[in-house]
Amino acid sequence: MNFQLNNEQQMIVDSIRVFLEKEIYPYEAETDRAGKVPEELGNQIREKAIETGFLACNLPESVGGGGLDYTTLGLIERELGKVSYALGGFIARPTELLLACEGDQIDRYLMPCVSGEKHEVFALTEPSAGSDIMSMLTRAVRDGNDYVINGSKHFISSPCLPDFAIVFAITGMDETKRGPRKRITAFLVDLDEKGFDIRLGPQCASQRAYRTYVLSFDDCRVSQDQILGEEGKGMELVDKWLSMGRVWVGAQSCGKMERLLELATDWAATRKQFGKPIGHFQGTSFKLADMATELQAADLLVMHACQKADRGNMTGEDAAMAKLFASEALGRAADHTVQIFGGMGLMEDLPVERLWRDARLERIWDGTSEIQRHIISRSLLRPFEN
Amino acid sequence: MKILVPIKRVIDANVRVHVKSDGSGVETANIKMAMNPFCEIAVEEAIRIKEAGHASEIIVITIGTSQCQDILRSGLAMGADRAILIETEAELQPLAIAKLLKAIVERQSPQLVILGKQAIDDDNNQTGQMLSALLGWAQGTFASKVVFNDGNVEVTREIDGGLETVSLQLPAIVTTDLRLNEPRYIKLPNIMKAKKKPLDILCPDDLGIDVNSRLKVLSIEQPAKRAAGIKLADVQELMDKLKNEAKVI
Repeated sequence: MNFQLNNEQQMIVDSIRVFLEKEIYPYEAETDRAGKVPEELGNQIREKAIETGFLACNLPESVGGGGLDYTTLGLIERELGKVSYALGGFIARPTELLLACEGDQIDRYLMPCVSGEKHEVFALTEPSAGSDIMSMLTRAVRDGNDYVINGSKHFISSPCLPDFAIVFAITGMDETKRGPRKRITAFLVDLDEKGFDIRLGPQCASQRAYRTYVLSFDDCRVSQDQILGEEGKGMELVDKWLSMGRVWVGAQSCGKMERLLELATDWAATRKQFGKPIGHFQGTSFKLADMATELQAADLLVMHACQKADRGNMTGEDAAMAKLFASEALGRAADHTVQIFGGMGLMEDLPVERLWRDARLERIWDGTSEIQRHIISRSLLRPFEN
Repeated sequence: MKILVPIKRVIDANVRVHVKSDGSGVETANIKMAMNPFCEIAVEEAIRIKEAGHASEIIVITIGTSQCQDILRSGLAMGADRAILIETEAELQPLAIAKLLKAIVERQSPQLVILGKQAIDDDNNQTGQMLSALLGWAQGTFASKVVFNDGNVEVTREIDGGLETVSLQLPAIVTTDLRLNEPRYIKLPNIMKAKKKPLDILCPDDLGIDVNSRLKVLSIEQPAKRAAGIKLADVQELMDKLKNEAKVI
């Protein structure tokens, strides 16, 4: 395996890094404190992301995206992981699920997301359906050529109010060998659709300026043309992209870890106690060594998964291992960094406490650590099952 | 009109530089390298001049090892049209660089050469001026503003105590100061396009230039650590220290 960045990859990383340093870093503290991003600032970041071609860099060239391979995208996600998602989220990277758009859906949903005119949310999670997604309650009942949706979604995250939601709902039951199984379908639902209500959800301790919305559907009627992909194939659509999303969480965790390591190293080298920099005490320096080692290991797992994805043979376990290890190593790194900074590590004047709060989320979303361990262990034991 | 933009590969401005233990130079192994910031400003200015319709082609050039191709590709991704690498392993002094650039100017016949006022590695601040002298061209150094007026280029220079505006007849040399412009973000599609732009590789022998150095670097040292400050009782003591200890008055 070759993890050496090629010339284009290095340029892309440098370019996005400069962009983030200039357009996002200066606004992180104030937006986090305010718990929201001013509309103007969000638009400004989006405009510049469009101008530089990063807005839809994750999508294929055929739809106007960047046409990059997974390895390069992993490097971009790694950089984006360093910044607040509330701000970085305006570099939209529309969900790949939209590639399933067909006919009129292409011009109505996919292309406006690529150009930055529209923003989508991905509405899967429900209060009673988190890790156990099949316990979903939202239903869409067929009525002539329409479907009538009832139910609610929560933890639907987005940097700003979306224009439409990709909503997952039960459209029937299938009999399988292992018993009845819900048929889940994805619908494209516009914000102004009658019976669709969207409200701000509770304030999160991580990524404070990032919004989490609560979506409710009360006899919300949508045409069958609003089905994304095929009826009953919603989970197949999700599964296709779910693993890659986990690798991106791993990549973002690596980026955040690198930022923490830089802060911690700088502090250890300059903060003096007992007449010398605290980095001269092994209690501090060994923490740095552990952080650097775990960062390298996490980076290798993420790059390994990306390279396999580029070859088309990445497994769910590859993605789970990258996400699991990187997000957990990030948790340790964030805790070490606070410890190295001492009291200052918890003060709002420095970015450390924010990064520490933000880091916590990575072990939960896109599948908790427990779910990742379940995926990995299940693959080990599967050959022994009949 | 063609514009030639000579650029240099240096240690990335964000990297903490340290001197090799044997004092023979600074550590560059496994260190991130990048285009010299003043050179980025020069490339940006050339692109703006072209966008304003005063130039038809921008050529970026550098002299150094084959790794220097990375900064040429960055220049191409920013918007230059083609690139030239004069490949050499030798450590070259500004005079040798200026001679090589002169040979390139004679082959490519640009009307304007725009380059950084200095590189952040050895801070020589000589190449632009030497090239101007070798070519017998007008020079506008430390530019903070460049304006085209048919056949002439007006350069506002940052000098001690203020700004000086000079009018140069083309062909001319301009060296860029920090406040001339803010280089643009490199756009993702342009990074991909840069791969396909032409990059010619030459060697100093092709140009018949003797690049042997007449200077030898004897040693390089880390700057002395700044000592902690002290509190003085009165002005009398301050005067005494300035006179007898610091010996500055």
